[in-house]
Amino acid sequence: MTKVKSLADLKKMKEQLQSKVDLREKGEDPDSHVQIKVAMATCGIASGAKTVMEFLIDELEKRSIDAVVTQTGCMGYCYAEPTIEVKLPKQEPVVFGYVDKKKADEIIERYIKNGELVEGIIPVNYNTIDNK
Amino acid sequence: MAKYKSHLLICGGTGCMASESDTIAETLKAELAKHGLENEVQVIMTGCFGFCEKGPIVKVLPDNTFYTQVKTTDAAEIVAEHLVKGRKVSRLLYTDPTNKEHVSDSKHMGFYQKQIRIALRNCGVINPENIDEYIAREGYQALGQVLEMGAQAAIDELKKSGLRGRGGGGFPTGLKWEFASKNKADQKYVICNADEGDPGAFMDRSILEGDPHSVIEAMTINGFCIGATKGLVYIRAEYPLAIKRLVTALGQAREFGLLGKDILGSGFDFDIELRYGAGAFVCGEETALIQSMQGERGEPTVKPPFPAEKGYLDKPSNVNNVETYANVPVIFLKGHKWFSAIGTEKSKGTKVFALAGKINNVGLIEVPMGITLREIIYEIGGGIKDGKKFKAVQTGGPSGGCLTEKHLDTKIDYDSLLASGSMMGSGGMIVLDEDDCMVSIAKFYLEFTVEESCGKCSPCRIGNKRMHELLTRITDGNGTMEDLDRLRNLGEVIKDTSLCGLGQTSPNPVLSTLDNFYDEYVEHVKDHKCRAGHCKSLMQYVIDQEACVGCTACARVCPVNAISGERKKPHFIDTTICIKCGACMEKCKFSAINII
Repeated sequence: MTKVKSLADLKKMKEQLQSKVDLREKGEDPDSHVQIKVAMATCGIASGAKTVMEFLIDELEKRSIDAVVTQTGCMGYCYAEPTIEVKLPKQEPVVFGYVDKKKADEIIERYIKNGELVEGIIPVNYNTIDNK
Repeated sequence: MAKYKSHLLICGGTGCMASESDTIAETLKAELAKHGLENEVQVIMTGCFGFCEKGPIVKVLPDNTFYTQVKTTDAAEIVAEHLVKGRKVSRLLYTDPTNKEHVSDSKHMGFYQKQIRIALRNCGVINPENIDEYIAREGYQALGQVLEMGAQAAIDELKKSGLRGRGGGGFPTGLKWEFASKNKADQKYVICNADEGDPGAFMDRSILEGDPHSVIEAMTINGFCIGATKGLVYIRAEYPLAIKRLVTALGQAREFGLLGKDILGSGFDFDIELRYGAGAFVCGEETALIQSMQGERGEPTVKPPFPAEKGYLDKPSNVNNVETYANVPVIFLKGHKWFSAIGTEKSKGTKVFALAGKINNVGLIEVPMGITLREIIYEIGGGIKDGKKFKAVQTGGPSGGCLTEKHLDTKIDYDSLLASGSMMGSGGMIVLDEDDCMVSIAKFYLEFTVEESCGKCSPCRIGNKRMHELLTRITDGNGTMEDLDRLRNLGEVIKDTSLCGLGQTSPNPVLSTLDNFYDEYVEHVKDHKCRAGHCKSLMQYVIDQEACVGCTACARVCPVNAISGERKKPHFIDTTICIKCGACMEKCKFSAINII
C-alpha cells in the first residue's frame, strides 16, 4: 500500500474510491446489482444479525443473484433489530426491521427478485449532512 | 408474476393502527381491485414513520407523496385521483405549519429536519472495517485541511463553531484545546474518553463500532492543534466489538500513512494507543480516567490543576468524549457557520440520545439542540407504549434528573436542562409512564452511585449510603415527613462538598423527584401507598369476597399458608403472614384477588 502523501492525494483517492463505491452500489450492469447492508453493531449481532448476514450471503449465491452484502454500524432502530438496508439498482434504499432468516428469505424472493415490498419497512426519518 | 409500478406504504405503527390504518389498507386494496390496478400497485404496511401526531400516514412511491390524517373514506379518492389519473389529493397533503403551504414531497417536510445525523453520519452507512468507504465519504480531508490551515486557525474555527463537550459537562471544546495548546511541554497527550458508563447510554459504543475513523481523524486533528504526538483511547473492556473495529481502523490508518510519521507530508507525527478500563463509572470523570490510565486506582484528583496543565504522566493533556470527536471533522468540512446554524444560542449542533424505557421506538436518535421533549417522544419516539400516560423523562442517568409534563415544550439544550434540575449527561433518555414509581426510580439511580462511588471523599461515600437508607425506609413504608427534609438537606450537602462530578451530581435524581413529585413521596410516607403499585411493602393482597367462589386454588399455591377459608366459601388472606409473592393472584381464575 502506498501512503497518502498530501491532501491533494487524498482528494484524488476520494474520487477514485467514490466511483468504486458508486460502481458497487449501482453496478456495471444496472439491472443486476443489488446492495445489502446489515447493521452489525453489538446490539444487532446480539439480536441475530450475524446469522442473517451469513444466510443472505449463502442464499443469494445459491439463488444466483448478483449482490454485494456488507456490514455496517448501528442504524439506530434498536427496537427493530436485526435491521438491513436493501438497495436495488436505480432505486432508493429501503430499510427492513425484525429480519430473521424467514424474513430474509421473503425479502430475497419478493423484494429483490420482484420489486415487491414486504412488511417490516422502517421509514427514513432523519436528515443527513449532505442535504442539510 | 406481478411487477409493481407504484407502492402505497401505510403506517403500521401503534399510533396509526389505533386510528385503523389496517382498515385503510384493506379499503385501498379493494379500491385498487375495482380499477384493475391490483397487479400494478402494491399496498404494504410499514413500521412507524414517527409522525404519529398526523397519523394515519399513507406514502406513495416512487413520487414520495406523503398523505396525513387519512381516513378509510379517503381511500377511494386516493386511488381514483392519484393512482388512476396521476393527480395528488391536495387536501390530504401535509401542510407546512409556518407558510401554510402543502408539501407534496416528503423530503421537503420540516419533520425530516427533526433528526440530523452529524455524529452518526456514517453509522449504518459505511462498512466500519473498510477505510476506503470512509475516504470515499470525504474521510481524513478535514485533517488535510487543518494541517494546511495551521493550529491556531483550526482552534479558532472550532471555537467559532460553538461545539461543546458531549460527555455531559458541556465545556466549549475549542477553548479546551486552546488551554492545552498554550501550555508548553516536551510531550502532550490527546485522550479520548470512551468510558461510557451511564446505564442505558450507548452512543459512544455505536460510533466506535460504526465509524471508528471519524474518532481517529478528530484525535489526530486535536494532536496537531495542541502539539501532541501521542493519542490514547480509554475504552472499557466490556466493548469488545468497538475495540476490535478501532484496532482494525488504527491499523488501516497507519498503513495509509494517515497515522505515524510525517502525516500527509506535513512533518507532523501522531499515533494512537488503546488503554482498557475495567468498567468503573467514576473513571469516566477525566481526572479519575487519567489516574486509571497511569495504572493507579481510579480515583479523581482535585482540580485545578486541570488536565490541560497537568494530566497524563503530569503532562498537558486534552480529554474529549467520543461523540465530541465524531463532530469535529464535519465542522472543518462544512465550516463553523454551517455547524453553528444548527441548535440554540448557546448550544450548537446536535445531540445523540439513547431513547429507552416506555416508548414505542426505542433507539438511537440524533436531534438538533433546541428540540422539545414533545417532539422527541411523540414524533420521533412514536409515543408511549401501550397508550399509557406519560409521566416523566429521566435524562443524564445517575447524575441527572427528571423532566415532567410541564417540561414537554421546553427547548432542550445544556442550559435549559440544568435550569430544570436535570442535565444533558451523556445522553441517556429514559421515558417513564404512570406505572413507574418515582421514589423507586430515585432509589434505583442512587443504588448505582452508592455502588460506583470510589470512596475517596466522605460526602459521596457516606452521604449517598445514608440517602439510600432513607429512601429504603420510605419505600418500605417506614418513612417520616422529617425523612423528606433530611433527604433534601443531605442531598444539597453532598452536592456542595463532594470532590468530583460523580458526587456533585449523585443526589440529582432524588432532588429532582422531590421537586417534581413531592406528593408521591408524601403518599408513601403518610398514606403508605404507592400509586404506581411498585413498592411491594406498601401493597396488600385482598380477596374480593363477592368474586371468590372458594375453589381453594389460591390457598393451595400460597407458599406461607397465609390464605384460609372453607371450600366453596370466600377465602381470606392474613396480611401479617403474606409475603406478597403474587402467586395467588396468578392462580386465581376469577380475578378475585386485588392489590390495594
